[in-house]
Amino acid sequence: MMGAGEVGGAATLVTVAPDRATPRRAHWFRQPALMSGLIIILVIVGLAIAAPLITSYNPIVQNLNDTLQGPSAHHLLGTDQLGRDTFTRLLYGARVDLRVGFIAVLFPFVLGTVLGSLAGYFGGWVELIVMRLVDVVVAFPFYVLLIALVFVLGPGEKSIYIAITIVGWVSYARLVRAEILVAKRQEYVLAAKSGGLSSLRIMGRHLLPNVISQAIIYAMSDIVQDILAIVTLGYFGLGIPPPTAEWGSMINDGQNFLTTHWELTTIPGLAVVVVGLGLSLIGDGLADLLRPGQS
Amino acid sequence: MSFVARRLLQLVPVAVGVTIIVFFMIHLIPGDPARTILGIHATPKAIAELHREWGLNRPLISQYWLFLDRLLHGNLGQSLIYGVSASSLILQRLPATLWLIVYATVLAIVISVPLAMLAASRRNGLRDQIVRAVPLFGLGMPPFWVGFLLIYAFAIHWRIFPVSGYGVGIGGHLVSMFLPSLTVAIALAPVVIRSLRASMLSVLGADYITTARSKGVPGRRLFIKHVLRNAVIPAITVLGINIGFLIGGTVIIENVFAIPGVGQLMIQSIFQRDFPVVQGVTLVFAVLVVLINLLTDVAYATLDPRVRFDR
Repeated sequence: MMGAGEVGGAATLVTVAPDRATPRRAHWFRQPALMSGLIIILVIVGLAIAAPLITSYNPIVQNLNDTLQGPSAHHLLGTDQLGRDTFTRLLYGARVDLRVGFIAVLFPFVLGTVLGSLAGYFGGWVELIVMRLVDVVVAFPFYVLLIALVFVLGPGEKSIYIAITIVGWVSYARLVRAEILVAKRQEYVLAAKSGGLSSLRIMGRHLLPNVISQAIIYAMSDIVQDILAIVTLGYFGLGIPPPTAEWGSMINDGQNFLTTHWELTTIPGLAVVVVGLGLSLIGDGLADLLRPGQS
Repeated sequence: MSFVARRLLQLVPVAVGVTIIVFFMIHLIPGDPARTILGIHATPKAIAELHREWGLNRPLISQYWLFLDRLLHGNLGQSLIYGVSASSLILQRLPATLWLIVYATVLAIVISVPLAMLAASRRNGLRDQIVRAVPLFGLGMPPFWVGFLLIYAFAIHWRIFPVSGYGVGIGGHLVSMFLPSLTVAIALAPVVIRSLRASMLSVLGADYITTARSKGVPGRRLFIKHVLRNAVIPAITVLGINIGFLIGGTVIIENVFAIPGVGQLMIQSIFQRDFPVVQGVTLVFAVLVVLINLLTDVAYATLDPRVRFDR
C-alpha cells in the first residue's frame, strides 16, 4: 500500500518536473533491500499457506515407529522424538508463528499511535498522563513483564496478544508523539487550524499520514521482536499449547536430543532467523524509501 | 547535584505506577484469584485464609494500600511453596544475576567496539558492509536458541566450558558463566554495534578530527584517543536504554544454563504457581532497571561536560 502511494505521488509530480522529482530510489521495486526482504517473506508465507500441498504428513499425529530419524528421502529433515516429520512441522509452525506475530503487532501499533498522537497534539495533562504511563511500562524489562502477564492471564494466543499490547504500545507512542511534536508546527497544520478544521480531522487527515511512516518502519523490527517473544514463550511452555507445531516448542523439544540430533534444535531456530532477516530487510528498505538521505 | 535531585523526583510517579501494575497482576487472573492460586484441591478454609491475608474482600483501593504498606516495610509477601519471605529468596539469588548482567555487558562491549571501529574506519567499504549485515541476522536469533548452539559447540562437541551451572569462586564463575554471558552479549551486540558505528561516524565528521588529521596524528592513535573516547559516551547511553532488554535476556538465559539467579527463580515460581514470588521478582527487576537508568543518566552528565539537563 505504501509503495502504491509513493508511485502515485511521483506520477503526479512527473508533469511538473520530469527529471528531478522522480529520483530512481523513489521506486519501491528498485530498493534491493526491500525487494529481497519481500521475496523472503512472501516465499515463507507461500510455503506456509501451501503446506498441505507440499507435504503429505500430518504435523500433529505421532508415529512412534519412526522416531528420531535422520534426514532421508522420506523425511527431508528427519523426524522428532514422536516420529513427526520435522519439515512438515516447520511448515505448519510458520503458519502459527507468522500469524500470531503479524496479528500481535497490530494492537500495540494502533494503541501506541493513537495515544502518541493525542499526547503530541494536545500536550498538557493528556501528554503528562500518557508519558508517565510510558515511563512506568518501560521500567519493566520487556520479557519479565511479558512472561509475568502471560502467566497470570494463562497460556494461549489471546493472552499473548493482550500481553504484547500492554508491553509493546510504548515504543509507538514515544515515536509518534516525537514526530507529531515536530509536524504540528509546520505551516500546513497551522493552515488547517486557521481554516477551522476540527482537531480530529487535522490529526487523522493531515498529521497522521505524515508521521506514520516512522511507526511503520519500526513495526517491521517489532514483528521480529514479537515472533521472538512468541518463540521464547513457547520455550517456557507459556506460548501456544502443544501439540500444535510451533517453532519455539520445536526448539525446546530438540534441546533434549542436542547431543545426538542437534538438527532438531538448529533448524526451527534458523527459520526464525530467516524470517527476522526478511523483515529487517523490509524495514531497512522502507526506511531508505520513506526518509531518503538519513540512512 | 540538583540534577540528581530532580531526576530522583521524577522517579516518584514511576515507582507508584510500577507498584500499581505489580499489584494488579493478581487481579488479572480470571475468576477468584485465591482459588486459582491455591489450585482446585484447595480447602474452603485455605481460600478464606488467603482472602483474609491479602484482604481480597476489601475494596481495591484499600487492598492496594495494604500491599503498599507491606512493601514499604520491605515485605514482598510470603512464598506459597517455601513458606519463607519472597525477598529472602530473591536476595539469595541476586548475586548470580548481577554477575551475568555485568559479565554480559563487558563481553558485549568487547565484541561491539572492535567491530564498530572496523565498520566506521572506512564507511561503505567491504568491512562496513559485512558489519552492517550483522544486525540483520543477529536481531532475529532467539537468545535461548543461541544458548543451545553454544552449548552444543563449546560444551558438548569441544568440551571447553561446562554445560550449565554457576561455578565456585570468582575463577569458577568466570569459566562457568562465560557461555551464558556470551549468549546474552550476542543478543545485545547488534544493537550496540549499530549505534556505536553511527556515533563513531558522526565523531569522524567533527572538526576536531579534521584538525587532528591535518596535524598528522596517525590513524590508530586518532581512533583510540579521539574517536573512541567521544563515541563511547553515547554507547553507555545505549547500554542504559537497553538494560531492560539485557535483564530480560538474563531471565531466559539463566534457565537455559541452569544458573541459580532471579530469572530462574521467576520461571520456577511460575511453574509452581507461586504468585507472591513472581510478583516480587517482577518488582525487583523493575527497580533494577530504574536504578541502572538513573546511574547511566548521572554517569552521562558527569562524563560529558557538554551535557546539561534543563528539563
